[in-house]
Amino acid sequence: MAYLPNGADERRQMLEAIGAASVEELFATVPEPLRHPQLTLPEPLAEQDLVAELERLAARNHPLGSLDSFLGAGVYRRYVPAIVRAAIARPEFYTAYTPYQAEASQGTLQTIFEFQSMICELTGLDVANASLYDGATAAAEGVMMAVAQTGRHRVLVAADLHPETLTVIRTYGRGRGVEVVTTADVGATVGAGDACAVVALPGFLGTVAEIAPVAQAARAVGAISICCADPIACALLTPPGDLGFDITVGDGQPLGIPPSFGGPHLGFMAVRQELMRRMPGRLVGLTHDHDGRRAYALTLQAREQHIRREKATSNICTNHALTALAATVYMARMGGAGMRRVAEISVQRAHALAARLTVLDGFELAEPAHPYLWEFALRVPGDAEDFARAMRHQGIVAGLPLGRFDPDRREQLLVCCTETSPPTSLDRYVEAASRFAGPVTVSP
Amino acid sequence: MSEAVEPGVEMRQVPAPEWAGAEPLVFELGGDLEMGPREVDAGVPDRPLGELLPGVALRAAPAALPAVPEPVLARHLGRLARRNHNLHQGIYPLGSCTMKYNPVVDEELARLAGFADIHPYQDAGDVQGALQLMWELERLLCEITGMARISLQPAAGAHGEWTGLRMIQAYHAAHGDTHRTRVLIPNSAHGTNPASAALAGLEVVTIQSNADGTVDVADVARHLDSSVAAIMMTNPNTLGVFEKDILEIARIAHEAGALLYYDGANLNALVGLARPGDMGFDVVHLNLHKTFSTPHGGGGPGSGPVGVAEALAAFLPTPTVERDGDRFLLDHDRPQSIGKVRSYYGNFGMLVRAYAYIRTYGSSISAVAENAVLNARYLQSRLRGIFPMAVTSDSMHEFVATTRGSRVAGLRALDVAKRLLDYGVYAPTAYFPTTVPEALMFEPTETESKQSLDLLADVCAAVFAEAERDLDHVRSAPHETPVSRVDEVEAARRPVLRWRPAE
Repeated sequence: MAYLPNGADERRQMLEAIGAASVEELFATVPEPLRHPQLTLPEPLAEQDLVAELERLAARNHPLGSLDSFLGAGVYRRYVPAIVRAAIARPEFYTAYTPYQAEASQGTLQTIFEFQSMICELTGLDVANASLYDGATAAAEGVMMAVAQTGRHRVLVAADLHPETLTVIRTYGRGRGVEVVTTADVGATVGAGDACAVVALPGFLGTVAEIAPVAQAARAVGAISICCADPIACALLTPPGDLGFDITVGDGQPLGIPPSFGGPHLGFMAVRQELMRRMPGRLVGLTHDHDGRRAYALTLQAREQHIRREKATSNICTNHALTALAATVYMARMGGAGMRRVAEISVQRAHALAARLTVLDGFELAEPAHPYLWEFALRVPGDAEDFARAMRHQGIVAGLPLGRFDPDRREQLLVCCTETSPPTSLDRYVEAASRFAGPVTVSP
Repeated sequence: MSEAVEPGVEMRQVPAPEWAGAEPLVFELGGDLEMGPREVDAGVPDRPLGELLPGVALRAAPAALPAVPEPVLARHLGRLARRNHNLHQGIYPLGSCTMKYNPVVDEELARLAGFADIHPYQDAGDVQGALQLMWELERLLCEITGMARISLQPAAGAHGEWTGLRMIQAYHAAHGDTHRTRVLIPNSAHGTNPASAALAGLEVVTIQSNADGTVDVADVARHLDSSVAAIMMTNPNTLGVFEKDILEIARIAHEAGALLYYDGANLNALVGLARPGDMGFDVVHLNLHKTFSTPHGGGGPGSGPVGVAEALAAFLPTPTVERDGDRFLLDHDRPQSIGKVRSYYGNFGMLVRAYAYIRTYGSSISAVAENAVLNARYLQSRLRGIFPMAVTSDSMHEFVATTRGSRVAGLRALDVAKRLLDYGVYAPTAYFPTTVPEALMFEPTETESKQSLDLLADVCAAVFAEAERDLDHVRSAPHETPVSRVDEVEAARRPVLRWRPAE
């Protein structure tokens, strides 16, 4: 059998040692009527057949790398240095458990400590945890921290937050009787009844708003300020901590993690020192062993569910250590300057594409008044779904039709460029789009 | 010592004691800001950032993260890797964690571009294979658990617990039953159960266990009233003992209008052999990183699908994956849904691995449970002469021993756990369940050979014999690991949670 190492002889010896006549006897405590249900499951597969079967399924997908893709919207195709994949493919890392026995887990513990340190530097904050599931749940955990810290039950959220993040905050909030209010101007609206003010950097449409005043306004009314940030943006822009934010959360997927149809990605969270003990998730600390050597251990576990049960700061147990390792290796290889360069290339390409598209008749920026990084909302002639479909026929994923999130944006597309969008792709986009230019309506 | 002496580290002479054998942090490896990889040319006209981003505050200087040259980074990772116990090195008998072997082929399959390089917002027509895989995986897991529908969205077991409880609350609310605010949880349950209940805004009521380690039905009955939303149970429970009264508990729970929640952490004991749905459970969460062999990754990513009986299907998180003839699609239009519990559709990469695992075993999957229980019972039979067992009842895929009442007075579970590390085997789960003093919880899983179980038993015997002879040596263990016993008290008392450059 596939992964069962004991043969008939060994099994017999083991039964003898137990004093049982058969394996069936070992299940005697399970009531008879429950045992051996008739299951309809497919035949077992040889490894070779399994590979063929999954390759067949994989072939029914069209990977981004086989297309000219301009899809972003929270999940980015960024170049991943080979050493990142090599690191997370090591069984020493991927088959290890949560490092509860510190002495036999120093490798994982040290990489987590490095991750925490790098996230602090990137966000400009004091303490980062070992990771959370994704950007959306990290934001929801941040909001729950603010609710616990302030004792208030209303949270104010910027209207340009990623829709996935907003909906997850709402789901978490409903469980705790927390009211979630969205507004276009968080800084002007935040009041003494709010647990927190949540903004995005950049917003869902790729734009950068002036968010420093939000942090100040929140502080003035005793609310917690939370920034949902793209980590590559943090390498280019003044980081949220320096702008005065109390908590920064985000999705670390751009840091060396493939899109993988939306997961597994990586949630990160960094906070000011004062909020350390309210943080959810694991924390690794630097300490010593009994011989005075540097050593690392999970710490401040009194916050966590396995110690505190219903009084824990969160129910989180498993986090995303392996994707955090990918991010650690990515950041270590790229460095702060390398990440900034990647951001700059993305900005340059997005702005170049936008400039070339908006000279075409019927194409224009949907948010011309706001500066944007590597994504922009593009108004196209006619329905954006029709346009995207027609572009797809040319092998181009032109962007995300925004009518799916906002009926008022049916003629808009969210277009993204990164360092993986080569100039030749940009040329093909412009060339294909130019056929739709002019007053004629698009027909698919 | 030579391995610790890296160019650029503050130890060009003889390493200080603090440094002996230590691996420098990535910040101390001598990389600088300019040593990152060569980047592609933007290939477009270069315009000043200030012009492209008017009024946007840019970093004055790059983030202070050194770019470590690839050869130096490779060696750093190689040395750190050696400082980790792992499944390719030895047994990992952590109770309740199901540290089974992770098939290598499943790792390869998850990395296929057709799975790893697809975007959650691509049109359904471009991701039919991914949707089909998810649709089929849901059916396979439904068949195995006896549930009507399953959401693959939760990212981990605890996330699945909370998702399940939110659905239970939605179910009661939809029946106008808004006063069910309590949840009954046995005292032997995993800590995530009460923490998830609290996160869902439910009040936790702890249920006592009998001397045989199973839930006390009379105590359940005493607490069951119209304020109870659900009973959360793990079966077999954390002592590895099958809850013999499960059918009776299901009956009285349903009679009282409460629902029954199954914590799937221990499904490895029963997979293919008995189904939570047949036992009367209404909601089930699974840990794909336990029963279905996706790797633990040093603490995630996992995956915690949650299944429900037909009566709760309307409340599943959105979107669900549906089939329309030959086409697969995402259904976002589910008005009674509890909403999304995370972004997109779940930890898809983990779903690929679990799907591959289940297809490998297919209709023979009960062999997993049979061998898991056989292995655990065999190991237990070998350890009986060494450690007292927490309960006398027959256990299944895991069992709990204790050092309390053993022949060596003063021998603690912690000391045994630490000394085992010296022999290249990982420790069992120590001090859990909390109902057993000095607990050592062993779960070998079905992927260990008899030879490997014998080695673990022999090592346990050797450690015990040593404790009889020289308790202090065991108490000061480990001695052979890359670091000796780590001062966790110091770590918590004065938390140092990040590297900072020397002043």
